[in-house]
Amino acid sequence: MKQQIRPALVLFGLLTVLTGVIYPAIVTGVAQAAFPQQANGSLLVRDGKVVGSSLIGQNFTGNAYFWGRPSATGPMPYNAGASGGSNLGPTNPALADAVKARVALLKAADPANTLPVPVDLVTASASGLDPDISPAAAQYQLGRVAAVRKLAAVEVQALIDAHTTGRQWGALGEPRVNVLALNMALDVASTH
Amino acid sequence: MQTQAYFQLALYLAVLLVLAWPLGAYMQKIFNGETPAYARWLSPLERLFYKLAGVKADEETGWKPYAVGILLFNLIGVVAVYALQRLQGVLPFNPQALGAVSADSAFNTAISFVSNTNWQGYAGETTMSYLTQMLALTVQNFLSAATGIAVAIALIRGFARKSSSTIGNVWTDLTRATLYVLVPLSIVLAVVLAGQGVIQNFKPYQEVATLEATTFQQAKLGADGSALKDARGNAVVEAVTTTTQTLAMGPVASQEAIKMLGTNGGGFFNANSAHPYENPTPLSNFLQMLAIFLIPTALCFVFGRIVGDRRQGWAVLAAMTLIFVLAYGALVSAEIAGNPVLKEAGAAVASNMEGKETRFGIVASSLFATITTAASCGAVNAMHDSLTPLGGMVPTLLMQLGEVVFGGVGSGLYGMLVFAILAVFIAGLMVGRTPEYLGKKIESFEMKMTAIAILVTPILVLAGTAIAVLATGGKAGIFNPGAHGFSEVLYALSSAANNNGSAFAGLSANTPFYNLLLGIAMWFGRFWIIVPILAIAGSLAAKKRLNANAGTLPTHGPLFVLLLIGSVLLVGALNYIPALALGPIVEHLQMSAAAR
Repeated sequence: MKQQIRPALVLFGLLTVLTGVIYPAIVTGVAQAAFPQQANGSLLVRDGKVVGSSLIGQNFTGNAYFWGRPSATGPMPYNAGASGGSNLGPTNPALADAVKARVALLKAADPANTLPVPVDLVTASASGLDPDISPAAAQYQLGRVAAVRKLAAVEVQALIDAHTTGRQWGALGEPRVNVLALNMALDVASTH
Repeated sequence: MQTQAYFQLALYLAVLLVLAWPLGAYMQKIFNGETPAYARWLSPLERLFYKLAGVKADEETGWKPYAVGILLFNLIGVVAVYALQRLQGVLPFNPQALGAVSADSAFNTAISFVSNTNWQGYAGETTMSYLTQMLALTVQNFLSAATGIAVAIALIRGFARKSSSTIGNVWTDLTRATLYVLVPLSIVLAVVLAGQGVIQNFKPYQEVATLEATTFQQAKLGADGSALKDARGNAVVEAVTTTTQTLAMGPVASQEAIKMLGTNGGGFFNANSAHPYENPTPLSNFLQMLAIFLIPTALCFVFGRIVGDRRQGWAVLAAMTLIFVLAYGALVSAEIAGNPVLKEAGAAVASNMEGKETRFGIVASSLFATITTAASCGAVNAMHDSLTPLGGMVPTLLMQLGEVVFGGVGSGLYGMLVFAILAVFIAGLMVGRTPEYLGKKIESFEMKMTAIAILVTPILVLAGTAIAVLATGGKAGIFNPGAHGFSEVLYALSSAANNNGSAFAGLSANTPFYNLLLGIAMWFGRFWIIVPILAIAGSLAAKKRLNANAGTLPTHGPLFVLLLIGSVLLVGALNYIPALALGPIVEHLQMSAAAR
């Protein structure tokens, strides 16, 4: 036992320096050199001002913007300083109530819309920061956004298509639309 | 969606095998004391470590000094992680000026990361400084993984050696696992993940101006900073409008890589691998899933190689893979069928997207949930608390099987080999012969140790759950009502005692009650298995190796694979079906009844 103490202590210290100091330093150096944009948060800049990250969703409630996934972060939705999901269980009445309220809100914003309500638009994401919605969820909101912005539907459709990403390498994940990037493009289109 | 579900599974397993096979060959050399030419540039560093630590690299010990070394090394880890959390307020690399972590939370987290559980009662971005994340948590991600690998290698040596009084040198095993296996793999994975968008910096959290203003309700604070209450005692809320968003930053990629490769699973952020800065793309998600199973799979090949019969490794891997595929099928089907409540409330389909990210969808979320709980990783890319009842039962059961379906790095293999011993023992009883495994007679001492190793976790899980649902402190943490609330507690204890670390995260577990209860479960769930395993290793190493004869049960064919699966499922079912009936099964029946 006694002769084990020195190797245990010294090796613990040396391996701590290797894995807790040298390793993160190497990764930081390589990542900052090779992928500075990504390593610093994939930030989006408009007129010289940082307006968000292409990976982190923002809260949208106005009719002129596409809305993202419901976010369960507190105290405000899309709080990127405190991520998290709703953790509501499948039979929790609060889940049913929340979904009903979201469906009602979507319908109130666009009473004439007869499309089925995409499930991702009425369920909270896991991180509360989901940057994407499904293509169906974008399609559902197209009519509303085009009408409010007085843009032609084909014009908005073109923007949706431009911000839709397919399955990665045709195989992985799901097709999706980046909401913040789409909304920024909408703002640009509206000023022209 | 079913086609996509099985296509992604097939792709995953194919790539996994292609990567794990060469890694197995490499790891066999590393633990045989050989260093391949391309890794030899690290040898001077290794020798320097031994010199400074006074380690004689060519001296081996029996199982007792080996076990003492493992325990000492891990105890030092607990003290270090605890101290760093308590002192982080006065230490550097803390741009958000986060204060000391509370004593009970720091205790829980210290055991959690040392025991390779990585249960997180805290939320990363609001609790831990960058220094704590790196110097305490990332370090233990490596060292707990190295501990698991070392113990597995010691057990394999026990099978492979004959009439030997030693099972290896604990210090060289720990060092070589870290230096030659974990660090190089992590550097490669971390850089690739950074390329996909995982952040890696030391900046303070970034404040950005959002496109739209957000109005929300928050508790109104008095002049002294405490929440104001009205005459009835309700909290006073005020409407606040903000036009900014605060983006949490940090050295994430470096922690993310070893979090997966070491089957640790402790997220840098609260949302873990659902957070876009931890897991930004479907490709990063795929790589993270591969990283979880990579070393557990490679260790099956290492096992076959070291015992001198590669078919033995394939047999163990086949048993693991079959259980895994069945579990995935059950989980993904449940999530696609979804929750009828969603459809009733007005959604187009019932597919359960609550608690899931759009970029992963149902399929990649279900695959991740199966992998992370089959292995004792515990990282999540979807919120398990919001899975459908049967979808949530699959991860619960996978943990309860003892984390032997791939399992943790090292711990999965040594756990499965204990079940292999049980399987040959049962087979031996059936034909009235002394059981043998790999030419080693399995006798009374091995069976006693096997019984301890197999029964420790069910006792911790079931007794712990019983205590928690009876105690006021335990009931106070439950978030969801009804049967699901019981599932939350059962999941927490299953996760802690089996060293998984994922959660039904609605449970408020950052309380003195749960921090203590789960801390105890994690510690004993880890080391009360490791010590009997090393005892088995020592006992087996001392035995002769018998030649197989006509009466020997071959342990490389389909019959043995089925026997092994049967043993794992039988023990799991006998222990846990009554408890599962009270939680997920009741909830499933309620959900189906309500839908009609």
